Amino acid sequence: MSVPRYWREIKYRYRLIGEMCTDCGAAFFPRRAVCPRCGSKDLEECKLSEKGAVVSWTVVRNPPAGYEKYAPYVVALIELDDGVRILSQVVDVEPEEVEAGMRVEATFRRVREDGSSGIIEYGYKFRPVIE
Amino acid sequence: MRSVSVAGVGLTRIKEHWEKSLRDLFAEAALKALDDAGTDEIDAVYVSNMGSATLQSQLHLGAMMADAIGKRGITALRVEAASASGGVAFHEGVKAVASGLHDCVLVGGVEKMSDALPGEVAAALAMAEDQEYTAYTGVTKLGLNALVHRRYMERFGAEAKEIAMFAVRGHEHAVGCPHAQYPFKVSVERILASPMEADPIHMLECSSVGDGAAAIILRPAEEAEDGVEVASTAVATDFYHLTERYDITVFEAVRWAAARAFEAAGVSHKDIDVLEVHDDTTITGVVSLEDLGFVEKGKGAAFVAEGNTARGGELPTNTFGGLKARGNPVGATGLYQIAEIALQLRGEAGPCQVEGAETGLAQSLGGLGTTCAVTILRRR
Repeated sequence: MSVPRYWREIKYRYRLIGEMCTDCGAAFFPRRAVCPRCGSKDLEECKLSEKGAVVSWTVVRNPPAGYEKYAPYVVALIELDDGVRILSQVVDVEPEEVEAGMRVEATFRRVREDGSSGIIEYGYKFRPVIE
Repeated sequence: MRSVSVAGVGLTRIKEHWEKSLRDLFAEAALKALDDAGTDEIDAVYVSNMGSATLQSQLHLGAMMADAIGKRGITALRVEAASASGGVAFHEGVKAVASGLHDCVLVGGVEKMSDALPGEVAAALAMAEDQEYTAYTGVTKLGLNALVHRRYMERFGAEAKEIAMFAVRGHEHAVGCPHAQYPFKVSVERILASPMEADPIHMLECSSVGDGAAAIILRPAEEAEDGVEVASTAVATDFYHLTERYDITVFEAVRWAAARAFEAAGVSHKDIDVLEVHDDTTITGVVSLEDLGFVEKGKGAAFVAEGNTARGGELPTNTFGGLKARGNPVGATGLYQIAEIALQLRGEAGPCQVEGAETGLAQSLGGLGTTCAVTILRRR
């Protein structure tokens, strides 16, 4: 992987930056050039909520190349408190403990490595909220 | 626009073809199709394939496959739309003949998955999704299907065994099918006892890795000897990210493509005698039945469990086994489906025959309901 391909996503992945349509108010993740709801091209970056709830989830048991050492792991569709939905691994939890509606929060984690001498990629994963 | 005829079909068996290359497989199916059409005069080749760039480190398939069947000086290109590649390539080939641009087009799909290790295949299939924000999470294609599967069960109260019946029916239908990868029956108990692939999806609910090629010859209908006509084709796409869909249990691309195809063909749902839907896992088959408009939303699994999609049922579906049992060599799969509809309408489906079938529909998905291609064929 080239350095810029990783570098250009850092802001969005490290800080959960999405995009909001200034005309209709719809928010998106990841970023977009055009609002698919109203067609506006006037969008601006917005900080997404770092907490949300699990809508649906799975346990990946046969992972793609590069993710072997994490398997089995939970991947969930999460609805953030601002209504934006995001796909993420859910960590620090046993698969059987996950349930619909479970409260989760973003956390900064190692995601994968590009071989033994390439870039180590970091980004968001989510974990259960301790109330 | 001219009417277009399916003038010939050719299929390889789907299996792990250790002794055959990507090129060998394509040539086998393409030469069978040309022989079936009784012609050697083609003026364009559309090759559908998803994974050769990673599975074989091979691109430029248009020229490669035209050359493989001894053709130079003609138009040749590759069409890619993930696992909908075959349906989309067919749509493009039909347009080329209908417009008058070409008079005899070969649309051929090929995929050779056994050249790669399982993790490489999973990564190749995940290329149907956004690498930066979907595949990046480590989710597999089957994992995405699982998100829909779980939500579907929760929202509509469908039971695991009802959804699993989609795979049972496919395996029943594949018995006797000469090109099927898994032509044997599997019980619902065995499916539900198989290991989890991506919870709540069991391993035996998933289509598998296979190699195969399917080819179809398209000609203007007035010239064709054969009596199968393309009534319509349509392609539609949806949000690329599952997270942005308003309801993940609905494939809107299927609804749009189906509405357009039915309108263009001038037929209704009750006219469809035989149906091929995209069941890369059981849930996509169930949701497809619903969003094509054959069953009310949420009732698809019960519809299948009650036997309506069996060969002798109200809506014979996946009559050669579907992706699960016939097999799913992804870039070729959409063309297997269309070729199977053509065989049904010609009365040449052998033990898989649905008696008197006159109109059939094939539906292909790329990604998780992201691209949908719908084809309606009828007997003239």
